[in-house]
Amino acid sequence: MKRTTIDLWVGIFVALGAAALVFLSFQVATQNTFSRNSIYTVSARFDDLGGLKVQAPVKSAGVLVGRVTGIRFVNDAFVAEVTLAIDKRYTFPTDSSAKILTSGLLGDQYVGLTPGAEVDNLADGGTIELTQGAIVLEKLIGQFLYGKAAGEGESKPQ
Amino acid sequence: MNAIANLLRSIGARAIDGVWRLGFATRFLLATLSHTPSAFRRLSLTVREVYFSGVLSLTIIVVSGLFVGMVLGLQGYDTLVRFGATEALGVLVALSLVRELGPVVAALLFASRAGSAITAEIGLMKATEQLDAMDMMAIDPVARVVAPRFWGGVLSMPLLAAMFSATGILGGYLVGVVLIGVDSGQFWSQMQNSVDFRADIVNGVIKSAVFGLAVTWIAVFEGYEAPPTAEGVSRATTRTVVTSALVILALDFILTAFMFRGIG
Repeated sequence: MKRTTIDLWVGIFVALGAAALVFLSFQVATQNTFSRNSIYTVSARFDDLGGLKVQAPVKSAGVLVGRVTGIRFVNDAFVAEVTLAIDKRYTFPTDSSAKILTSGLLGDQYVGLTPGAEVDNLADGGTIELTQGAIVLEKLIGQFLYGKAAGEGESKPQ
Repeated sequence: MNAIANLLRSIGARAIDGVWRLGFATRFLLATLSHTPSAFRRLSLTVREVYFSGVLSLTIIVVSGLFVGMVLGLQGYDTLVRFGATEALGVLVALSLVRELGPVVAALLFASRAGSAITAEIGLMKATEQLDAMDMMAIDPVARVVAPRFWGGVLSMPLLAAMFSATGILGGYLVGVVLIGVDSGQFWSQMQNSVDFRADIVNGVIKSAVFGLAVTWIAVFEGYEAPPTAEGVSRATTRTVVTSALVILALDFILTAFMFRGIG
């Protein structure tokens, strides 16, 4: 086979391979990892994380604004501290609140940010004071059952 | 007593032989790697090998990728529909292809299509004393024959695996969306939400590069080490395919254990 034919076919082969890689990178996966210099990090303390994982999305009004970059247990206060990396394009007032929510009934857990009303915005290294931990299904059922039992206990004597 | 000694002796001989081959294969790999500059200085030789290893494997890779993706679409739909989660079909197809099936199946096909051809070619060159003739003319056969084949295979493999995954996902789309009628928007958007560039795509490419290195290493070594007889070459070709398959699966387990252990 002639040299030019081989070159042509190898060129087509490499182009197809590159096209497949581009397809995988942009159509199948999304570039949702934020680059290091376009984010700022804030921390928030929660009494219960539920099933929150590192890399979980941070959403505000349903839009992805950042990701969870770290989770650690604070032994002094017995709470969990979560580090959030938020895209620099989005700013939030200092009295914003963070909640751990679940997407759908059985979906993954994510952090929802609700903006506050302060004039100042959260800076890099700041802390979100108002937090609400995950609602654990077992706790809810437990509360419901105990509430029911207590209610019945009170109503009997009458 | 004598029988036991003989048994032990044969076990010992096999162990020594195995270790000797591994050591020889490693030195052979180092020798090949040391001739890397000559493989790229005379680029036309390597390009030729990319043609024989890569371009000629295109058909089998693309067709199998398409069918594997279509089967994944059918089977995945059949399972997911029981849980009312058919919109996750895209995630299932994409993750299984990009993480596992793409690199592994493409490498297995590559070993049987290209690896066996490399072994047979080098083995036959040795059997017909072409390698010795080169040596006589002061041409290093490792630089002239082995290094271009090695690099041709190593460069082709990740591209082939990427094509396998891409056509597989298109096959899954064809069956899931076009044939069965899963919602097209959900198919793609759920896939994009779950597939991570760094964790899934890049790790898949790393896997396929490692497999490509292992398969071509085994292929050139078996060919170079083949006894210079018809039977020796045929045995070496068989051994290339069998050893490659085992090594791919073992390496896949090790790489997966390191890559996808999950955090937290």
